[in-house]
Amino acid sequence: MAADERPLSPHLQVYRPQLTSVLSILHRATGMALAAGMLLLVWWLVAAAAGPEAFAAVQWFNGSILGRLLLLGFTWALCYHLCNGVRHLFWDAGYGFEIPDAYRSGWGAVVASSGLTLLVWIVGYAVRGG
Amino acid sequence: MSIRTPLARSRGLGSARSGTHHWWLQRITAVALIPLAVWFVVGLVVIGGADHATAIAWVGHPVGAVLLVLAVAFGFWHGQLGLQVVIEDYVHGEGCRIALLIVMKGAALVLALAAILSVLRVALGGAV
Repeated sequence: MAADERPLSPHLQVYRPQLTSVLSILHRATGMALAAGMLLLVWWLVAAAAGPEAFAAVQWFNGSILGRLLLLGFTWALCYHLCNGVRHLFWDAGYGFEIPDAYRSGWGAVVASSGLTLLVWIVGYAVRGG
Repeated sequence: MSIRTPLARSRGLGSARSGTHHWWLQRITAVALIPLAVWFVVGLVVIGGADHATAIAWVGHPVGAVLLVLAVAFGFWHGQLGLQVVIEDYVHGEGCRIALLIVMKGAALVLALAAILSVLRVALGGAV
Protein backbone atom coordinates (compact mmCIF):
# COMPACT_ATOMS: atom_id res chain seq x y z
CA MET A 1 0.00 0.00 0.00
CA ALA A 2 1.32 3.43 -0.89
CA ALA A 3 2.31 5.52 2.10
CA ASP A 4 -0.38 8.15 1.50
CA GLU A 5 -3.19 5.51 1.45
CA ARG A 6 -2.50 4.10 4.90
CA PRO A 7 -5.28 4.63 7.44
CA LEU A 8 -4.69 7.45 9.90
CA SER A 9 -5.05 7.02 13.63
CA PRO A 10 -7.60 9.32 15.32
CA HIS A 11 -6.18 12.80 15.21
CA LEU A 12 -6.98 16.27 16.54
CA GLN A 13 -10.70 16.14 15.68
CA VAL A 14 -11.45 13.51 18.34
CA TYR A 15 -10.24 15.77 21.15
CA ARG A 16 -12.31 18.46 22.82
CA PRO A 17 -10.34 21.71 22.45
CA GLN A 18 -8.59 22.67 25.69
CA LEU A 19 -7.12 26.02 26.68
CA THR A 20 -3.61 24.57 26.53
CA SER A 21 -3.97 23.07 23.04
CA VAL A 22 -5.80 26.11 21.65
CA LEU A 23 -3.12 28.48 22.98
CA SER A 24 -0.42 26.20 21.60
CA ILE A 25 -1.73 26.34 18.04
CA LEU A 26 -2.46 30.07 18.47
CA HIS A 27 1.24 30.59 19.18
CA ARG A 28 2.08 29.07 15.82
CA ALA A 29 -0.76 30.90 14.05
CA THR A 30 0.26 34.28 15.46
CA GLY A 31 3.87 33.54 14.54
CA MET A 32 2.85 32.94 10.93
CA ALA A 33 0.65 36.04 10.94
CA LEU A 34 3.55 38.12 12.26
CA ALA A 35 5.82 36.75 9.51
CA ALA A 36 3.22 38.02 7.01
CA GLY A 37 3.04 41.29 8.93
CA MET A 38 6.76 41.79 8.32
CA LEU A 39 5.77 42.53 4.69
CA LEU A 40 3.93 45.63 5.90
CA LEU A 41 6.96 46.70 7.97
CA VAL A 42 9.26 46.25 4.96
CA TRP A 43 6.85 48.25 2.78
CA TRP A 44 6.74 51.02 5.43
CA LEU A 45 10.55 51.23 5.73
CA VAL A 46 11.22 51.05 1.98
CA ALA A 47 8.57 53.73 1.40
CA ALA A 48 10.12 55.94 4.09
CA ALA A 49 13.48 55.63 2.32
CA ALA A 50 11.92 56.16 -1.13
CA GLY A 51 10.36 59.52 -0.30
CA PRO A 52 7.22 61.42 0.78
CA GLU A 53 4.95 60.15 -2.04
CA ALA A 54 5.64 56.46 -1.50
CA PHE A 55 5.36 57.03 2.24
CA ALA A 56 2.01 58.78 1.86
CA ALA A 57 0.71 55.71 -0.01
CA VAL A 58 1.65 53.27 2.77
CA GLN A 59 0.27 55.64 5.41
CA TRP A 60 -2.96 55.92 3.44
CA PHE A 61 -3.22 52.11 3.46
CA ASN A 62 -2.45 51.92 7.20
CA GLY A 63 -5.12 54.53 7.91
CA SER A 64 -7.81 52.77 5.84
CA ILE A 65 -10.38 50.48 7.48
CA LEU A 66 -8.59 47.37 6.15
CA GLY A 67 -5.22 48.76 7.23
CA ARG A 68 -6.44 49.53 10.74
CA LEU A 69 -8.03 46.10 11.11
CA LEU A 70 -4.77 44.47 9.96
CA LEU A 71 -2.71 46.60 12.35
CA LEU A 72 -5.09 45.78 15.21
CA GLY A 73 -4.71 42.09 14.39
CA PHE A 74 -0.92 42.37 14.18
CA THR A 75 -0.85 44.24 17.50
CA TRP A 76 -2.70 41.44 19.26
CA ALA A 77 -0.68 38.76 17.45
CA LEU A 78 2.56 40.41 18.55
CA CYS A 79 1.39 40.88 22.16
CA TYR A 80 0.13 37.31 22.37
CA HIS A 81 3.20 35.77 20.72
CA LEU A 82 5.38 37.82 23.09
CA CYS A 83 3.45 36.91 26.28
CA ASN A 84 3.08 33.26 25.32
CA GLY A 85 6.71 33.22 24.18
CA VAL A 86 7.77 34.27 27.69
CA ARG A 87 5.57 31.41 28.96
CA HIS A 88 7.51 29.06 26.68
CA LEU A 89 10.84 30.40 27.98
CA PHE A 90 9.74 29.58 31.54
CA TRP A 91 8.86 26.05 30.40
CA ASP A 92 12.29 25.82 28.73
CA ALA A 93 13.84 26.71 32.08
CA GLY A 94 11.80 23.93 33.72
CA TYR A 95 9.08 25.96 35.48
CA GLY A 96 5.28 25.89 35.27
CA PHE A 97 4.61 22.37 34.02
CA GLU A 98 1.95 21.47 36.64
CA ILE A 99 -1.49 21.53 34.99
CA PRO A 100 -2.96 24.26 37.25
CA ASP A 101 0.15 26.37 36.58
CA ALA A 102 -0.14 25.81 32.81
CA TYR A 103 -3.77 26.98 32.93
CA ARG A 104 -2.95 30.00 35.09
CA SER A 105 -0.10 31.11 32.83
CA GLY A 106 -2.30 30.41 29.79
CA TRP A 107 -5.09 32.69 30.99
CA GLY A 108 -2.39 35.15 32.01
CA ALA A 109 -1.10 35.26 28.42
CA VAL A 110 -4.64 35.78 27.06
CA VAL A 111 -5.49 38.57 29.51
CA ALA A 112 -2.08 40.29 29.29
CA SER A 113 -1.98 40.26 25.49
CA SER A 114 -5.54 41.58 25.20
CA GLY A 115 -4.88 44.26 27.82
CA LEU A 116 -1.64 45.34 26.13
CA THR A 117 -3.39 45.53 22.75
CA LEU A 118 -6.12 47.72 24.24
CA LEU A 119 -3.50 49.91 25.94
CA VAL A 120 -1.49 50.34 22.72
CA TRP A 121 -4.56 51.42 20.75
CA ILE A 122 -5.98 53.71 23.43
CA VAL A 123 -2.62 55.47 23.82
CA GLY A 124 -2.16 55.49 20.05
CA TYR A 125 -5.48 57.23 19.46
CA ALA A 126 -4.86 59.59 22.40
CA VAL A 127 -1.47 60.62 20.98
CA ARG A 128 -2.90 61.25 17.53
CA GLY A 129 -6.05 62.86 18.83
CA GLY A 130 -8.45 60.53 17.01
CA MET B 1 23.46 0.36 27.58
CA SER B 2 23.26 2.68 24.64
CA ILE B 3 23.86 1.48 21.09
CA ARG B 4 25.21 4.94 20.23
CA THR B 5 28.97 5.27 20.05
CA PRO B 6 30.77 7.30 22.72
CA LEU B 7 31.83 9.75 19.98
CA ALA B 8 28.22 10.31 18.87
CA ARG B 9 27.18 10.87 22.49
CA SER B 10 29.92 13.34 23.23
CA ARG B 11 29.22 15.27 20.03
CA GLY B 12 25.56 15.50 21.03
CA LEU B 13 24.45 16.23 17.47
CA GLY B 14 21.69 13.63 17.18
CA SER B 15 20.18 12.23 13.99
CA ALA B 16 19.72 15.62 12.37
CA ARG B 17 23.47 16.34 12.74
CA SER B 18 22.75 19.76 14.18
CA GLY B 19 21.96 19.02 17.82
CA THR B 20 20.06 21.80 19.59
CA HIS B 21 21.46 24.55 17.34
CA HIS B 22 18.11 25.46 15.72
CA TRP B 23 16.23 25.36 19.02
CA TRP B 24 18.89 27.43 20.77
CA LEU B 25 19.00 30.13 18.05
CA GLN B 26 15.22 30.39 18.22
CA ARG B 27 15.47 31.09 21.98
CA ILE B 28 18.36 33.57 21.64
CA THR B 29 16.50 35.56 18.98
CA ALA B 30 13.29 35.34 21.04
CA VAL B 31 14.95 36.84 24.11
CA ALA B 32 16.55 39.59 22.01
CA LEU B 33 13.17 40.38 20.46
CA ILE B 34 11.41 40.97 23.80
CA PRO B 35 12.94 44.42 24.47
CA LEU B 36 13.22 45.22 20.74
CA ALA B 37 9.53 44.50 20.09
CA VAL B 38 8.43 46.58 23.09
CA TRP B 39 10.64 49.49 21.99
CA PHE B 40 9.34 49.20 18.41
CA VAL B 41 5.65 49.19 19.36
CA VAL B 42 6.10 52.12 21.77
CA GLY B 43 7.91 54.03 19.02
CA LEU B 44 5.18 53.38 16.46
CA VAL B 45 2.48 54.37 18.94
CA VAL B 46 4.22 57.69 19.58
CA ILE B 47 4.76 58.55 15.88
CA GLY B 48 1.72 56.64 14.57
CA GLY B 49 0.14 58.20 11.51
CA ALA B 50 3.06 60.61 11.28
CA ASP B 51 4.09 62.54 8.19
CA HIS B 52 7.22 61.62 6.27
CA ALA B 53 9.53 64.08 8.06
CA THR B 54 8.60 62.75 11.52
CA ALA B 55 8.95 59.15 10.37
CA ILE B 56 12.43 59.58 8.87
CA ALA B 57 13.55 61.48 11.98
CA TRP B 58 12.49 58.43 14.04
CA VAL B 59 13.89 55.83 11.62
CA GLY B 60 17.16 57.71 11.14
CA HIS B 61 17.80 58.57 14.80
CA PRO B 62 21.39 57.51 15.69
CA VAL B 63 20.24 55.13 18.42
CA GLY B 64 16.86 54.28 16.91
CA ALA B 65 18.38 53.22 13.58
CA VAL B 66 20.63 50.70 15.33
CA LEU B 67 17.71 49.27 17.31
CA LEU B 68 15.54 49.19 14.18
CA VAL B 69 18.19 47.28 12.20
CA LEU B 70 18.52 44.84 15.12
CA ALA B 71 14.73 44.44 15.36
CA VAL B 72 14.44 43.73 11.63
CA ALA B 73 17.41 41.33 11.64
CA PHE B 74 16.31 39.40 14.73
CA GLY B 75 12.67 39.51 13.59
CA PHE B 76 13.43 37.90 10.24
CA TRP B 77 15.95 35.49 11.76
CA HIS B 78 13.42 34.33 14.37
CA GLY B 79 10.61 34.30 11.80
CA GLN B 80 12.41 32.13 9.25
CA LEU B 81 13.40 29.66 11.98
CA GLY B 82 9.74 29.39 12.99
CA LEU B 83 8.41 29.13 9.42
CA GLN B 84 11.02 26.43 8.76
CA VAL B 85 9.50 24.28 11.52
CA VAL B 86 5.98 24.92 10.20
CA ILE B 87 7.00 23.84 6.69
CA GLU B 88 8.85 20.79 7.99
CA ASP B 89 5.79 19.79 10.05
CA TYR B 90 3.09 20.16 7.41
CA VAL B 91 4.70 19.72 3.97
CA HIS B 92 5.39 16.05 3.50
CA GLY B 93 6.54 15.76 -0.12
CA GLU B 94 10.32 16.00 0.00
CA GLY B 95 10.78 18.00 -3.20
CA CYS B 96 7.99 20.38 -2.34
CA ARG B 97 9.32 20.83 1.18
CA ILE B 98 12.86 21.61 0.06
CA ALA B 99 11.62 24.02 -2.62
CA LEU B 100 9.36 25.83 -0.13
CA LEU B 101 12.18 26.07 2.43
CA ILE B 102 14.52 27.59 -0.15
CA VAL B 103 11.90 30.08 -1.37
CA MET B 104 10.92 31.05 2.21
CA LYS B 105 14.51 31.52 3.38
CA GLY B 106 15.40 33.42 0.21
CA ALA B 107 12.40 35.70 0.61
CA ALA B 108 13.27 36.35 4.26
CA LEU B 109 16.82 37.28 3.25
CA VAL B 110 15.70 39.61 0.45
CA LEU B 111 13.05 41.32 2.59
CA ALA B 112 15.42 41.72 5.54
CA LEU B 113 18.05 43.26 3.24
CA ALA B 114 15.48 45.63 1.73
CA ALA B 115 14.33 46.76 5.18
CA ILE B 116 17.83 47.17 6.61
CA LEU B 117 19.16 49.05 3.56
CA SER B 118 16.13 51.37 3.79
CA VAL B 119 16.91 52.14 7.44
CA LEU B 120 20.57 52.76 6.56
CA ARG B 121 19.61 54.99 3.64
CA VAL B 122 17.40 57.10 5.90
CA ALA B 123 19.98 57.13 8.70
CA LEU B 124 22.78 58.19 6.36
CA GLY B 125 20.71 60.99 4.90
CA GLY B 126 19.80 59.44 1.55
CA ALA B 127 16.05 60.05 1.95
CA VAL B 128 14.54 63.52 2.07
